[in-house]
Amino acid sequence: MYEKAKFLPAGDKALIVEFGDSISPEINKKIRNMYIAIEKSQLEGIIEMVPTYRSLLVSYNPLKIKYNDLCQALREFEDNLTDTDSEPAKVVEIPTIYGGEYGPDIEFVAEHNNISIDEVIEIHSSRNYLIYMLGFTPGFPYLGGMSEKIETPRLKTPRTKIPAGTVGIAGKQTGIYPIDSPGGWQLIGRTPVKLYDPFADPPVLLNSGDYLRFVPIDETEYKSILKQIEENKYEVKITSLDKE
Amino acid sequence: MSSIKIIKPGLFTTIQDSGRMGFQRYGMPVAGAMDNFSFRIANILVGNDQYEAVLETTFMGPTIEIGFDGFIAITGANMSPKLNGKDIKMWRSIQVNKGDQLTLSGSSEGLRSYIAFGGGLAVPEIMDSKSTYVRGSLGGFKGRKLQEGDEIPIDTSKSKAEPGKYISPGYIPRYSKTNVVRVVLGPQDDHFPSEAIDTFLNSEYNITAEADGMGYRLEGPKLTHIKGPDIISDGIVFGSVQVPGHGSPIVMMADRQTTGGYTKIATVIWADLPTMAQMGPGDSIRFQSVSIEEAQEILEQYEQTIDDIKYRVENSNIIQEETKVYNVTINRL
Repeated sequence: MYEKAKFLPAGDKALIVEFGDSISPEINKKIRNMYIAIEKSQLEGIIEMVPTYRSLLVSYNPLKIKYNDLCQALREFEDNLTDTDSEPAKVVEIPTIYGGEYGPDIEFVAEHNNISIDEVIEIHSSRNYLIYMLGFTPGFPYLGGMSEKIETPRLKTPRTKIPAGTVGIAGKQTGIYPIDSPGGWQLIGRTPVKLYDPFADPPVLLNSGDYLRFVPIDETEYKSILKQIEENKYEVKITSLDKE
Repeated sequence: MSSIKIIKPGLFTTIQDSGRMGFQRYGMPVAGAMDNFSFRIANILVGNDQYEAVLETTFMGPTIEIGFDGFIAITGANMSPKLNGKDIKMWRSIQVNKGDQLTLSGSSEGLRSYIAFGGGLAVPEIMDSKSTYVRGSLGGFKGRKLQEGDEIPIDTSKSKAEPGKYISPGYIPRYSKTNVVRVVLGPQDDHFPSEAIDTFLNSEYNITAEADGMGYRLEGPKLTHIKGPDIISDGIVFGSVQVPGHGSPIVMMADRQTTGGYTKIATVIWADLPTMAQMGPGDSIRFQSVSIEEAQEILEQYEQTIDDIKYRVENSNIIQEETKVYNVTINRL
């Protein structure tokens, strides 16, 4: 992490507040705190913010606030950032059916790592993953913190269509495809939960800075949740992150 | 409700407004009109809110059957618009009647035309916007480019359009195949050796055939990096100039993704993006660096020009050709 954030112009209507040049939970926490501080300040001229791994893109209206004034205001926020988050990070539970037709590559992931399929499931579902950022496609979460015991390289030839909700592994990363898309990840399971629904408010289930946890379910539960979602009766389980 | 019917869709015609702002943190691209100037002026000419949705058509325009009595305005690229076979003028309000046929053909100058309808296009807003995001099959009309037979409702009851509204010729941009486009260096200009920055600012770059709503790949002298082309992904804006490993700059446009992992040498200033949007494959660009302070002054002038146009349109009812030429910096240098 830098001692002081860098302010980098991204044209005449946005700037990037860069906190470091690595991927770490500490930097992510700082970004989250900064995001909340700016949002709470209701500083005039801020249009929207995009948190990423190690920076925050701030779009603004220069007719309301000029670059230098904005930098000054942001520096003040930075200097007064506190860790006393009024909103503790949430943990979003993602019910996931592993293996079978839902996760055709789970066997390969097990073999590649010399462990059993059950162990893959156990390892994958036993920790909270920090959502560093959302990008690539609407609602796609960039997650951190997967165990190296289940690291598996991408497929040599990407699949042309992976159904929405599919959970995959690519190298050290794990993630969920929010919409049907092509991709080269090793597919290990699927969640019936919708990560992205353009007609919902908000349209995307996850937020950067929060955590998610995969909860193994069987096919009966999968179908039951799917039905509840169709009937608009399903509520995603969200808990607070235990403060260590 | 009144409507228009697409007889021929043209090459790529979509519904666009100013885009889907406020949802990029979820990974949702902004989309929206590529040429912010032409889009807003088209609306102003028919008395709409200047950010109302319009039709954006690229390279080859549509043929449309008008299903209402009211007004339209056409701005942007010149696609030789005709109403019932007769030439009509651009950059002014045009009275239309039910049953009229509007035809746009290939663009002779510029790349994208905008058609505004008095009262606006009555498609639902998704995430506060009517813009079509084609890759995400979202917004606009069924989330896609328009097709033959599509009928799009027009809310003529809301129309405040009046006949004879026009903008002075001096405000009308002239499109050229060679343009100077101004940039603010950064956010990652420090990832390039000074020779690469010099090359970038002193060379001619041609727009390749790999140019669409997401971005324009340019061809010209290659740019080298100090420590390689990759960065930890960060935010992208309309106009970001990213330079991947192949060393050729890519200018990110309206349909860009929200984040990316390539170094960005510079960002095209807002007031020059309409110029970029009207350029296409084969056209050439020279980049010129301005400071962030200069860029924001230019933006103020740009917005002032649009305010002036709006004021004049709203406060003139005299149908006459104005001949006075104003000095404006929009779209040309």
